[in-house]
Amino acid sequence: MDIPKDRFYTKEHEWASIEGGTAYVGITDYAQSSLGDITFIGLPKIGDMIKQTEFCATVESVKAASDVYAPLSGKVTAVNKDLVAHPELVNKHPYDKGQIFVMEISNPDEKANLMDEEAYRSYVEGLSK
Amino acid sequence: MKLIFEKHKEGRRGPSHAKTGAPKAKGLDPKYLRKKDTNLPSLSELDVVRHYTNLSRLNYSVDTNFYPLGSCTMKYNPKFTERIALFEGFSDVHPLLPQLSGGGVLAQGSLEVLYETERLLSEITGMKAFTMQPMAGAHGELTGVMLIAAYHKDKGRRRKFVLVPDSSHGTNPASAAIAGYQVIVIPTGKDGYMDLAEYKKKLNNETAAVMLTCPDTLGIFNPHIKEIADMAHEAGALVYYDGANLNAMLGKARPGDLGFDVVHINLHKTFGTPHGGGGPGAGPVGVSEKLVEYLPISRVVRRGDGTYALDYQAHKSIGYIAPFYGNFGVILKAYAYMLRLGREGLIEAAEMAVLNANYCLAKLKDYYDLPYDRTCMHECVFSASRQAKNGVHALDIAKYLIDRGYHPPTIYFPLIVKEALMIEPTETESKDTLDAFIDVMIEIARLAEQDPTKIKEAPLYMPVKRLDETKAAREPNLRWRP
Amino acid sequence: MSYVPHTQEEIGQMLKIIGISSVEELFKDIPKSLRAKSFDLPPGMSEFEVTGRLKKLAAKNATGLVNFVGAGFYDHFIPAAVDALVSRSEFYTAYTPYQPECSQGWLQAIYEYQTIICELTGLDVSNASLYDGGTALYEAAMMAVRSTGRNKIIVDSGVNLIYRTMLYSYTSNLSVEFVEIPVVHGQSSRDELVKHLDDKTAAVIMQNPNFFGAVDDHSDVVEKVHKFGALAIASVYPISLGMLKSPGEMGFDIATGEGQSLGIPLSFGGPYLGFMAAKQELVRQMPGRIVGATVDTDGKRGFVLTLQTREQHIRREKATSNICSNEALCALRAAIFVALIGKEGLKELAEHNYRNAEFAKDTLSKVSGVEVKRSSPTFNEFTILLPRPANEVVYRMIEKGFAPGFPLGKFYKGMDNYLLVAVTEKRTKEEIRKFSDSLEAVL
Repeated sequence: MDIPKDRFYTKEHEWASIEGGTAYVGITDYAQSSLGDITFIGLPKIGDMIKQTEFCATVESVKAASDVYAPLSGKVTAVNKDLVAHPELVNKHPYDKGQIFVMEISNPDEKANLMDEEAYRSYVEGLSK
Repeated sequence: MKLIFEKHKEGRRGPSHAKTGAPKAKGLDPKYLRKKDTNLPSLSELDVVRHYTNLSRLNYSVDTNFYPLGSCTMKYNPKFTERIALFEGFSDVHPLLPQLSGGGVLAQGSLEVLYETERLLSEITGMKAFTMQPMAGAHGELTGVMLIAAYHKDKGRRRKFVLVPDSSHGTNPASAAIAGYQVIVIPTGKDGYMDLAEYKKKLNNETAAVMLTCPDTLGIFNPHIKEIADMAHEAGALVYYDGANLNAMLGKARPGDLGFDVVHINLHKTFGTPHGGGGPGAGPVGVSEKLVEYLPISRVVRRGDGTYALDYQAHKSIGYIAPFYGNFGVILKAYAYMLRLGREGLIEAAEMAVLNANYCLAKLKDYYDLPYDRTCMHECVFSASRQAKNGVHALDIAKYLIDRGYHPPTIYFPLIVKEALMIEPTETESKDTLDAFIDVMIEIARLAEQDPTKIKEAPLYMPVKRLDETKAAREPNLRWRP
Repeated sequence: MSYVPHTQEEIGQMLKIIGISSVEELFKDIPKSLRAKSFDLPPGMSEFEVTGRLKKLAAKNATGLVNFVGAGFYDHFIPAAVDALVSRSEFYTAYTPYQPECSQGWLQAIYEYQTIICELTGLDVSNASLYDGGTALYEAAMMAVRSTGRNKIIVDSGVNLIYRTMLYSYTSNLSVEFVEIPVVHGQSSRDELVKHLDDKTAAVIMQNPNFFGAVDDHSDVVEKVHKFGALAIASVYPISLGMLKSPGEMGFDIATGEGQSLGIPLSFGGPYLGFMAAKQELVRQMPGRIVGATVDTDGKRGFVLTLQTREQHIRREKATSNICSNEALCALRAAIFVALIGKEGLKELAEHNYRNAEFAKDTLSKVSGVEVKRSSPTFNEFTILLPRPANEVVYRMIEKGFAPGFPLGKFYKGMDNYLLVAVTEKRTKEEIRKFSDSLEAVL
């Protein structure tokens, strides 16, 4: 299970990599492997105002549809258009080429609600027991 | 097989069916006319007949294969009902005929079929009245929830939520949501019944209805069903009966007696009309006394002189849910089926359907995990968890069964059972057929231990091997292009 | 009287294996207090008896009338090959093709049907069919609401009243606002319609030919609809598409309609066929089953149900629709019908409908007291103005052996003297002349 140290995680298996006021967002290796072959990503719209823990995108496989929840609140500033033609990037490279969108953070304090690598790892291990 | 478009031959013509004696008319202004020609095929009649005859041979069907697809009641569809539906006196009647002045007398036969079917269904379910209009089970569900909404609105009650057990068919929450309600899911308890404590917790004066399947999707009759209905009524909510599994209940228990307010019936399941490759079916909806005035218009009424008429006077009605009177051709077949079986035949159908399911359960329970080990009704739900440990999943079992000439059971449903295999044999299958099927299921269980790859490779003997569904979803190719 | 194959001996053997001694024990989970209070049904009948009884009922319906009633549901000829092929029980006793490897026949047939609908409508994608033209139109309206995030829908009142009523019934608990645009001289009122467009508009719904039979080119309206970011939805009559400009050519985003005219019997209102086609970008908003082509493990072409994450069995309360089936056998009828008549045959069929209707218009216009409305061009249906209430005339014409048309006063206020007359390819020159003579005699 690949869980990079340099980012933060949610219980719904989103990751956020935070650089100043900007966050890069995607779903974790655990999420992509439990979904199986991903067939479609429903991207948010640039300019969407999103709220921590609320629905902001969808990830679909052949027989499942999974909602993506915002790890932090703020405004969507960019989306990964490559995923439209190549949703499999989320399977292959969940933490870089499979990144879903970029956002401007409106409330940095919300970071406290996220897990770090260690906490997320033990959370995921708890799930598979 | 080639697509019909790939068999096109420019210049070839089938026999012409349009012959008018009328003179050639002045054409329409070109701005109204189609500019781009279609790419429809040009073929001879034999080309077309051979194409579709050969396509038909690539399907499993009830007439060719045992089809124990759980929740779908794939029983034998008697042939005589097909012949009846082709009587010109039924098939050629324009639906607007009874709405023309003086036309009502010309459709008395069809109106009588509708009226009588309604009456029979009312007695079978213990409901007060029926609408025959819904064109499928899910359509009946939506109609039912709309009736519930109309009732609450009329009573001045503001209700926001519909409660649905987690074992329900996906259509239940979808129908409730589409009718404008928020859905609250109630978990299943360890005993296989809906969790009563959770239900009580969620039930309140904002609950519009609770939607239940009885027997439920695990094939189990919930003995608390009346209690659940009574509690809902105390909270001012209504109780919806998903009739998908009615086949097990014929003559044994009736939703009306159990306290249900709305019932939909799948005529194509319980009453033997063919499934048609996915439809048309019919999903008539029955209601208790308090909902009769909200039923869709029109309604068929019997007048004092024994003739039939359509009634459009119902100011509290939910309106039109179908263009006319429902899928008449399907209703007609179900009516013929009910007349044929009669009281004893319908009871026998329920009894033998339940006997067949319990026989499969008894014979297979040593080989497959049984999440809820108890007498089942018309279907039994196993789990392939034991086989999955060796890499043989429900899907693999399904594919191997196909190779052996059986349509697989329903797999991965209900969602609350891991690796679910839902077997509904129906009453029209013989012991010989069941035994042969059971033998293959036992063989699969053995292979899963000894030679799992043999199952995972299947099917090998069908027109195609396993298809790439990921590719189909990632690169949707939904039509032929020249 | 049931179709149960078991012998008494077999039932005994099965009970023994289950470990019980009577069938009644199978139902022990149903407490006595919950047992059926009544089950008062007639005894079973033989096949011969049931068939005889229903033959008698069929004879109570009139089938001898020469039919000029359309109003969205038409009396077209059905070649025998259609009936013969859909009567193959390998088709009609199968169910939804959940298991593709043993359902390739059905899946390919539906893929071909989808292509036919796309070709007819001039649009990119089609689903595997819906219940009927009315529910298809409602589903299209909801697609527009979802994809635009808006909730106002402008409906031209040239759309069949039955369908408009269905739209309003289905959405009565939802926050969808409808604006209905009255027709003027049987045609849609463009200025009035355009006036109501705004940034809250999700869709505009038009019908072609409209309920009065009027043919139009809506391209200009569609262009304006798009300027406001709304979708344009057309409800169309498939036989007319052998001749008339397709919804795709006019720029419509979604086309729906009743497919009954494509080889499906009138059968007193059903089963029918709702078809739906749309532009590519709307495919994920579509309701219902969709079949797609793919390959098997050997790279061979095959077909599967696809894009299923839109549907209720996966998305449950978040699905695009609650529909869980399609009208597959009716869709098969339509596909076989179109394949039999072919590309040229469809044009010819449309032409013959048009020609018959024009001939009927000319013939009827010579009947004194009858005014054939000619304010708009028509396809195979048109309105006539009578000197008396159409209801009375209809009554008299039925006595003379004609179902003469649909009295518009039933659906539109102030139109009591108008009759909507449909003339399909089935009507002969002689029938049209007799119709006209009888009308003359009746008036």
